[in-house]
Amino acid sequence: MNHDSYSDTYIKGILDEVKTVAMIGASANTVRPSYFVLKYLLSKGYDVWPINPGQAGKDILGQTVYASLDDVPDVPDMIDIFRNSEAAGQIVEQVLQSGKLPKVIWMQLTVRHDEAAKRAEAAGIKVVMDRCPKIEYGRLSGEIGWAGVNSKTISARRPTLKSGFQHRGLTGKSES
Amino acid sequence: MSENIPGFSTLAIHAGAAPDPSTGARATPIYQTTSFVFDDVDHAASLFGLQAFGNIYTRITNPTTAVLEERVAALEGGTAALATASGHSAQLLCFHTLMQPGDNIVAANKLYGGSINQLNHSFKSFGWSVKWADPDDLNTFEAAIDENTKAIFIESLANPGGIVMDIEAISALAKAKGIPLVVDNTMATPYLCRPIEHGADIVLHSLTKFMGGHGNSMGGIIVDGGSFDWSAGGRYPLLSEPRPEYQGIVLHETFGNFAFAIACRVLGLRDLGPAISPFNSFMILTGIETLPLRMQRHSDNAKKVALHLSGHSKVNWVSYAALPEDKHHALQQKYMPKGAGAVFTFGVEGGYDAGVALVSKCELFSHLANIGDTRSLIIHPASTTHRQLTDDQKTAAGAGPDVVRISVGLEEVDDIIADLDQALSD
Repeated sequence: MNHDSYSDTYIKGILDEVKTVAMIGASANTVRPSYFVLKYLLSKGYDVWPINPGQAGKDILGQTVYASLDDVPDVPDMIDIFRNSEAAGQIVEQVLQSGKLPKVIWMQLTVRHDEAAKRAEAAGIKVVMDRCPKIEYGRLSGEIGWAGVNSKTISARRPTLKSGFQHRGLTGKSES
Repeated sequence: MSENIPGFSTLAIHAGAAPDPSTGARATPIYQTTSFVFDDVDHAASLFGLQAFGNIYTRITNPTTAVLEERVAALEGGTAALATASGHSAQLLCFHTLMQPGDNIVAANKLYGGSINQLNHSFKSFGWSVKWADPDDLNTFEAAIDENTKAIFIESLANPGGIVMDIEAISALAKAKGIPLVVDNTMATPYLCRPIEHGADIVLHSLTKFMGGHGNSMGGIIVDGGSFDWSAGGRYPLLSEPRPEYQGIVLHETFGNFAFAIACRVLGLRDLGPAISPFNSFMILTGIETLPLRMQRHSDNAKKVALHLSGHSKVNWVSYAALPEDKHHALQQKYMPKGAGAVFTFGVEGGYDAGVALVSKCELFSHLANIGDTRSLIIHPASTTHRQLTDDQKTAAGAGPDVVRISVGLEEVDDIIADLDQALSD
């Protein structure tokens, strides 16, 4: 897998397939990116399980916060990592040793660990690094264009609407 | 990245514009509304807190204008863009985001006269100063940069003299000093030149000119190249420091490689207010769909007119970079090989009076102060835009008594040449 660039169909396939997300490093601080992404993914219908030892037992946006991956209700479809690259490598190692494998491991903007990615992929896990699922969802739904951002997609098809105003779903093809 | 990266002409028509999901309208609708209804209080809070994508109020974002912004960002190869009421307000918001009182801009001394005024005079009230450098001597840029310099500002193709900037060399200077290179690309448009590919960090436009292209709507835009590290050195606090305007958000950390465009929007446009009308966004978008065709024809016509005038007995000199003997021809071949644009200057035999006579005798050319219309335009700067200057100042500004500027339109080139010939005749 080339981790310098990802096809839109690869990313869309992941965002379509995933229903549950364990978010490591979720923040209760409402101006932190890890709070923004949690809130956005919840609004798009994902079940998100915040993980933050300092907030364990409390709620963020109505979701119970867990101390670690061992405590979440089930094996998540995706683990989303808001930690630095070195910590991300350790997290991947722990996940592989635990045997409870997610379908996807996603590392946030600036987070990248190629060795860990290789090991995860060898275990059949899809990996995305140095990307943000909120930005990718915004790109592939067209919502990000409302902020003047270059989505790098063009389409003559109807955008997908969700309930309420200004609320879109994913459009375009996905890799199965 | 997409499997197939669309070509320029495809992006000029499609980038940013999907069919309207409610009505099926294929052209981009004109969302002529001031405001947008919230689903509920939580949705409103998400929008005000920048946590969700979406529109609140047309001073900040508008769906018609958003298509224009994404379109131009795609054409320039940038990460995001912010449209404004005019090219001048794009400059204001760009520098407002970069500068603090006491800071300075190092700018090429060959700029549109209106920009020279803005930098020299209006910006003084903000405590910003300008230090001028000579694009024909790059050492003057390096010498002018000091610890308070926050940007270098140039035009890719300078108005009106047809001067082509060595963007890569100036970008290397900017990178060595850790400051962004801001390039106005109005005269060239991304069809002829894409400054971000040559190292520009921010691109500005007056969309009023060739992008809209029909002389009917004012607009400007800021394109974020996505390449500059705003957090290194902490010299750009609007991007790298917690912002009290948004409860302590750090814009660079939150918005990554499109943080500059977001900062210009949520700290600049929101508070200073020069929003473009959605109607103007629609008009300019419609113009951009034919940009590749128009810009090629403008350049081809202009080159034919320039060649004709260089052999004319009443014309002493022609300054147009597409002419092989021109001083900037090598740079034109490097940075804008498809053409040198529509605008150039020439010197008429007989000086001031001959210049006045020429503009008054034209029948097809319109005598006015604009460029980048479908129509051919002409102006004699010494008797109009530069008349308040002394003769020495006029000459230094490239507006000596014999100088005439034309913006060659899209009419039949034989008709354009015939009009100049009859107007130059005794």
